This record gives sequence, C-alpha cells and structure tokens, in this order.
Amino acid sequence: MKADKTLDCVGLYCPMPIVKTSEKLRELKPGEVLEVIADDKGIKQDMPAWCRATGHEFLGMEEAGSEIKVYVKKTHP
Amino acid sequence: MAEEKEKLTIVMFSGNLDHALAGFTLATTAASMGMAVSMFFTYWGLNIIKKNEGKIRSQGLMRKMLNFMNRGGSQRLKLSRFNMFGLGTWMMKKLMREINSPSLDELITMAQEMGVKLVPCTTTCSVMGLSEEDAFRENIASLAGAAFFLNEARESKITLFI
Repeated sequence: MKADKTLDCVGLYCPMPIVKTSEKLRELKPGEVLEVIADDKGIKQDMPAWCRATGHEFLGMEEAGSEIKVYVKKTHP
Repeated sequence: MAEEKEKLTIVMFSGNLDHALAGFTLATTAASMGMAVSMFFTYWGLNIIKKNEGKIRSQGLMRKMLNFMNRGGSQRLKLSRFNMFGLGTWMMKKLMREINSPSLDELITMAQEMGVKLVPCTTTCSVMGLSEEDAFRENIASLAGAAFFLNEARESKITLFI
C-alpha cells in the first residue's frame, strides 16, 4: 500500500506505537496516509481501536515475517 | 462550537510501581486518542508524583517520620509483588529496559507533555504534611478535593480506580 509518511515502531511496545502514531499524524495533512511498521502483535488490535476512537480511517495491514505494517488515513486535522 | 473532548478520570490510590505503570500507560494512550485526562492522586498514590530529589519538608515529628519512611518519588516505587527487598523491582526495571519499554519517569513526563492533569488530593496532603510547593515534581495541578474528583468523574466517559 502507498503511504505519504512512514513511522518505524519496531522494537516498541504498548503504549509507544500508538502514542507515536498520534504524534506523527500531526505532520500529515487530512487525506494523507501514514504507514506504521511494528513488531508488537498488540498493534493489530490497538490500531483499529485507536482509529475508531479518534475517527481516523484504518485502511488495513500487511504482515511480512515478524513485521506488521498498518495504514492509517488522516481524516481530520 | 468546538466539540468537547471525552474525559478519562483516574484515581491513583496505590503507590506501587506496577499500579503506577498501568495507570500512566492508560493515561498516555487516552491522551493520544484525544481524550482529556485527569489523574487524582491520593494516599500512597501521592508517592508517584513526589519529587525524586531533595528532602521533603514537613512539620512535626510524626509527619517527618512518615515522610522519611514513606519517601516516595517515581524512582523509588516498588512492585506490589515479588519486590524481594528490591531485587524483584530491579529485575523488572531491567527487563523493561531490555524491550525498550519506557520507564515510569518517562511515562509521567510524556503524560504531562500530552496535557494529562496530575492532581494531588488536598486532604491526604494535609494529613501527611505535604506542601504543594515543596513535595512534588514540576507542573502539578493545584490541590483539589473529593468534590473536584466527583465532578470530573461525573463528566467523564471512563473513570478508573487504581
């Protein structure tokens, strides 16, 4: 999937990938897509939940070995 | 009119390291979800936000003894189980560092940067002889009482007691 920015969270555990995602998303414009790469499996549940809570759009995820790539579209400022 | 933020209010009653980590993990995550977070510290929970350096001044022998034996500060907290005279706590901190998990101190600083309000309970501060100016780390909110907490809780989507 194509993304406008990438955030590397490999080696980080809850709550850091989520906290860093919320920080990073501030750098994007509405409509742009952030790719988050993590290896903590919790992100598979946490990121969709975080998106439901914040209203940003969860576009999906891709798994490659131990790495999980999740895609979030910023929907509002 | 701007949409009002959803609120999370947490009572931090325990001064144990594990409880504090759980509380601040939820607080920072809620803040990242755009929630307004207040943490209300009472009894042993006050130890979490006491300053780490220097002496805590208080009046009277009993309060001085209490603050000597119950010094507190985020870097002095112990696990609620398996402390084993400090060995267990030391091991847990080491394991957390190994997986790059933030320390309690880092979590507290992060929470404050994200706008989480840290509110000490006025009555326990008076009982224990803790002054707002002297006993705590920087950027703590004003002391407040039960009515303040209950009103925050009333307006909150989520309220937790840790």
